[in-house]
Amino acid sequence: MRRAEIRRRVIYVATGILLVVLAFTVDWQQVQQSFFQPDIIKAMFPDVVLIGAKNTIIYTTLAFSFGLVLALILALMKRSTIRPYRWFATGYIELFRGLPALITIILVAFGLPLALGIRIPGGTLGKGTLGLGLVAGAYMAETIRAGVEAVPRGQMEAARSLGMPKGTAMTYIILPQAFRIIIPPLTNELVLLIKDTSLLFVIGTTPLSKELTKFARDFMTSTQNATPLTVVAFMYLLITLPLTFLVQRLERKAGKGR
Amino acid sequence: MTVAVPPIEIEDLHKSFGVLEVLRGVDLSVTTGEVICIIGPSGSGKSTLLRCVNLLEVPSAGRVLIEGYDITDPETDVDEVRAKIGMVFQQFNLFPHLTVLKNLTIAQRKVLGRSSDEAISVAEAMLSRVGLADKRDEYPIRLSGGQQQRVAIARSLCMNPDMMLFDEPTSALDPELIGEVLDVMRALADEGMTMLVVTHEMGFAKQVADRVLFIDEGVIQEQGPPREVLENPKSERTRRFLRAVEH
Repeated sequence: MRRAEIRRRVIYVATGILLVVLAFTVDWQQVQQSFFQPDIIKAMFPDVVLIGAKNTIIYTTLAFSFGLVLALILALMKRSTIRPYRWFATGYIELFRGLPALITIILVAFGLPLALGIRIPGGTLGKGTLGLGLVAGAYMAETIRAGVEAVPRGQMEAARSLGMPKGTAMTYIILPQAFRIIIPPLTNELVLLIKDTSLLFVIGTTPLSKELTKFARDFMTSTQNATPLTVVAFMYLLITLPLTFLVQRLERKAGKGR
Repeated sequence: MTVAVPPIEIEDLHKSFGVLEVLRGVDLSVTTGEVICIIGPSGSGKSTLLRCVNLLEVPSAGRVLIEGYDITDPETDVDEVRAKIGMVFQQFNLFPHLTVLKNLTIAQRKVLGRSSDEAISVAEAMLSRVGLADKRDEYPIRLSGGQQQRVAIARSLCMNPDMMLFDEPTSALDPELIGEVLDVMRALADEGMTMLVVTHEMGFAKQVADRVLFIDEGVIQEQGPPREVLENPKSERTRRFLRAVEH
């Protein structure tokens, strides 16, 4: 037998033993009591969906849309021939990628009103999506820029040769190709953003504006049990998995032209 | 055209990339309907010359006049001038995310402001002209190199250009696909299109060109009717190049 084969078998056997030991030592009663209490699960519905999941999706959608528009502007500024535009875009991207998202959210929610007297309207929704979008925009700007640069130079030249002004060429020729290229990393950003909405608890949410994580934490406090965590974990997966599937299909469809 | 001004007039054109001077003073006047083939060793500046004509490269010095308008003048609307000049690239540069038909209609619609119906009918006419009417709904990736290049020519023709620039249009093609592209170009020349062609196809130059330019080291070393330049070159440089190309 080859050494690789032996090593693989050893790993299989060791893993098997570990699982068996685990199965006998773990107090399954205890696990079920802490993480899967049917009463608590029942009590969480339907609000975990109608409030928690709903808000998570709304915050994500808004922050992503805002972030994407911002990122597009930043990416184009970063490639601009006008130097101050490039400086601004670089400064912005480095700043917001460098700060923890939590800090940005706190700054938007509490810093701005304190320092400048600016009140962000829309409560958690307004402050939260603004803060998250500002951060997401910085990350996605670099993604979009990379996508634009991955489109062969000849594409812009062909478009310009046909008489298209730069903006028209960007809109109809370069960006559609760039977005096809960056669908996978953009999906990644979106999934990260879904999870980052859990940071919005710092803003202090009202009962109706809780997202999934805040919802689970409050439920944990009142029940002194970890079951709510299990439930929202499933809720997160319920949101992210279909999304990944959808994007995969989209990607395959977009691949037709390549 | 009623204008007596030459479609392309180049005066003392210089182009440098950093310290490298690629064009060192080129003068050229092209008459309407003239077909000019530009030959020369690689790195001699022939592609750069072509790219200066529609400002894909900005000249370092000198003037380029298109139908009398100085396109190096910052006041000139470059996009308007470019729409009059068709350009065909070595790498085809079709838009891969669009079908053949959309490749042909998008600039008509966004630049010339044609309606969708009009753009489609022009596109279909041009596709038949290059013998690819049945490929209108395909994506470029599904076409052979020769077909892609014919689509690229049709795409340029949709803009009703007054002149066409060809930058080594057959250099990226498999040998058996070169003929179909040259046939399309020959037909265009016969119809009286003004053409500047950078090429290594000496047979094509011999048959189709009104004038052949031999460029080396950034200047026109020799020019004249194909018979003279290709068969009876005056300069030693041209002779050496032609010998090298033949084998």
